[in-house]
Amino acid sequence: MSAPISVKQRLQISRQAMPEQAADERNHNFGEVNLGFTEQLALLEADRCLRCRDPRCINGCPVAVNIPRFIDLLSAGDVAGAAHSLLGDNTLPAVTGRVCPQETQCEAECVRGAKGLPVAIGYLERFVADWARQHADQLPVAKPAPTGKKVAIVGSGPAGLTAAGDLARLGHDVTVFEALHKPGGVLLYGIPEFRLPKQIVDQEVERLKQAGVKIECNVIVGRTYTLPELRAQFDAVFIANGAGLPVFMNVPGENLKGVYSANEYLTRVNLMAAYEFPKADTPVLVGRRVAVVGGGNVAMDSVRTAKRMGAERAFIVYRRGKEELPARLEEVHHAESEGVEFELLTAPVEVLGNAQKWVTGLRCVRMALGEPDASGRRRPVPVAGSEFVIECDQVIVAIGTRANPLLTATCPDLKLNRHGNIEVDERGMTSVPGVFAGGDIVRGAATVILAMGDGKRAAQTIHEYLMPAMTKPVNGEGAAASLCAAVAGDRVHSL
Amino acid sequence: MHTILAKTQLSPNVTRLEVAAPRIAQIRQPGQFVIVHRCAGAERIPLTVADADPAAGSITLVIQAVGKSTRDLVAMEPGEAIQDVAGPLGRPTELITSGHALCVGGGVGTAVVHPIAQGLHRNGARVTSIIGGRSKEWVIFENELRRFGEVVVCTDDGSYGRRGFVTDAAREALAAGGIDVVYAVGPVPMMRAVAELTRPLHVHTIVSLNPVMVDGTGMCGGCRVEVGGETRFACVDGPEFDGHQVDFALLADRLSAYRDFEQKANACAEETCRIGRH
Repeated sequence: MSAPISVKQRLQISRQAMPEQAADERNHNFGEVNLGFTEQLALLEADRCLRCRDPRCINGCPVAVNIPRFIDLLSAGDVAGAAHSLLGDNTLPAVTGRVCPQETQCEAECVRGAKGLPVAIGYLERFVADWARQHADQLPVAKPAPTGKKVAIVGSGPAGLTAAGDLARLGHDVTVFEALHKPGGVLLYGIPEFRLPKQIVDQEVERLKQAGVKIECNVIVGRTYTLPELRAQFDAVFIANGAGLPVFMNVPGENLKGVYSANEYLTRVNLMAAYEFPKADTPVLVGRRVAVVGGGNVAMDSVRTAKRMGAERAFIVYRRGKEELPARLEEVHHAESEGVEFELLTAPVEVLGNAQKWVTGLRCVRMALGEPDASGRRRPVPVAGSEFVIECDQVIVAIGTRANPLLTATCPDLKLNRHGNIEVDERGMTSVPGVFAGGDIVRGAATVILAMGDGKRAAQTIHEYLMPAMTKPVNGEGAAASLCAAVAGDRVHSL
Repeated sequence: MHTILAKTQLSPNVTRLEVAAPRIAQIRQPGQFVIVHRCAGAERIPLTVADADPAAGSITLVIQAVGKSTRDLVAMEPGEAIQDVAGPLGRPTELITSGHALCVGGGVGTAVVHPIAQGLHRNGARVTSIIGGRSKEWVIFENELRRFGEVVVCTDDGSYGRRGFVTDAAREALAAGGIDVVYAVGPVPMMRAVAELTRPLHVHTIVSLNPVMVDGTGMCGGCRVEVGGETRFACVDGPEFDGHQVDFALLADRLSAYRDFEQKANACAEETCRIGRH
């Protein structure tokens, strides 16, 4: 244990770099890129935290992790205490420590960022979470008194798993229904092994099972069971089935062989392990020159996967500029250093193919940024006469996803917005009493951590809904209103 | 886990499995399918629910062994269990409740026609089935289909029933008149041929498409087909579509995308066999 150090000393420590696999090695394998802090690096980085009296970093966290507390415990040499603290706030810290856009959240709020670099909160979270995974025996799972209430959760992605963990901790009997054959949702089928090893998802799921969460795979709510059927069997339902339907570009040639949605490409490689074909039975077409359309995290995951699958050249084709890339900064940096080429301010107009209907190129047009659009970002407009062709044999479309109507179609009472997303009130409750929703099915495609924030809030409001006497001693008409007020107040505090 | 309760060889490369799946057996409807995932590392394969026994809690799957994944599946024996069976998926068949339906099944597609004929019969429609195969040993589901109405069997070589293609028999049945709707399931060229027969006659024709799928729930878009000039996902918008609107050339072409991989998987599986790991 180290002696207390002064603020001045803390300020003198510079931000520790994340050890990583060399770029020209890692772009040929699926091993994790970031290797994680050593204990020495973690302790050094933890000492950079200034222990602000009024820490702003917590406000930057969608699940309100008490960041200074776990860092302080870590500094004091109490890693178990740090892990206990972290796990109390965040159901999936080994995941968020790897995939959160910290630079726009906790680390954006860190005072050290004002002059220099913020504390590497994400790397520290990952360090503590990984310690917790390796020392599960030292972190006893709490067994709360059962409430006798049953909650169904639809979808085992980040929103569903977070809600499941929190609800189980409150003593509810939780069953998670997953459509695929393995739990994890986008953490499993979407995010590649080199960014989030599947073993980590498995371990996080295992921890939830030990806490009493039941998981039923191969259940497609909307087909295997309808939502009303679930509602009849459970005291409350939380819908967190994500935004599953891939959006295509709607340009000619999109159904040629060699055009994939990012969902299909990543699912084949990640969930079905197609990179091990023929050891795994599911194949994936291997592109020599691959164009990935889109600029978000899914596009970066796809293009970096294509490199690893053996692409000689891999391109990001994005209609806005570098500043506007929605992907996490680290992913863009990693992609660049792995040799991914960026065709920015470029929009596809047609997929070209040969007589055998295989992709041979992507015809594109250059764009210029015009007036801001509804999203506040400058609208890209085509530059006349600027068309050109990117020669490629594979096109991966990563321009977003929409709500999957499979579930909502079986429950006409469920109010949707014009995009097909489920509408919820300030408690996260849908138009059907006792049915809550969160994550991408409500927001449209967003991030893992925002989905987890929804899951965490939903668990709290579902608990209040199920146990009104315990959580708010009010009666009659006023109950709902005061519950809303309490939740609204809580949100102001935690956001 | 889904135990295999019974196994029957229907034709030289078509196998029928009765598989425990109580929930699906209870609620499946004609036209719906399941995704079967034999074990970790296996492919997810879409298979039509050919029949179901709600009392026994079992569903009938009919598998044509053409690649490694389907061969692995039919190599399973009663008592063994399939790890994952998800469903029922896809939209149920649009069934008529009166009138005369012609059900045309080619090869293993006959098993997909079976639940449609079953549903039509239950609804009170008149059913005529035309089924076929290369030769006698390739004809499947004849007795089952006889329960729902007349069955015309065709074989390419004339070894059983009438000689010729199912489309020849279908042409005659249509010429005789009185057919209100046609359901056609089989190889792509057969479905296309039936759709071309009925197009000038303006007889509504429903076909069941079998594109490549991964999840079967709308998530991957691998099963996209073009119907009436629009891209649709066979898994959630189908698998049955208006045969007069389907772009069969595109379907056939997309089905060929993984041919090289299939050969590689087959070669590898044979290699493994020779080494004696199986």
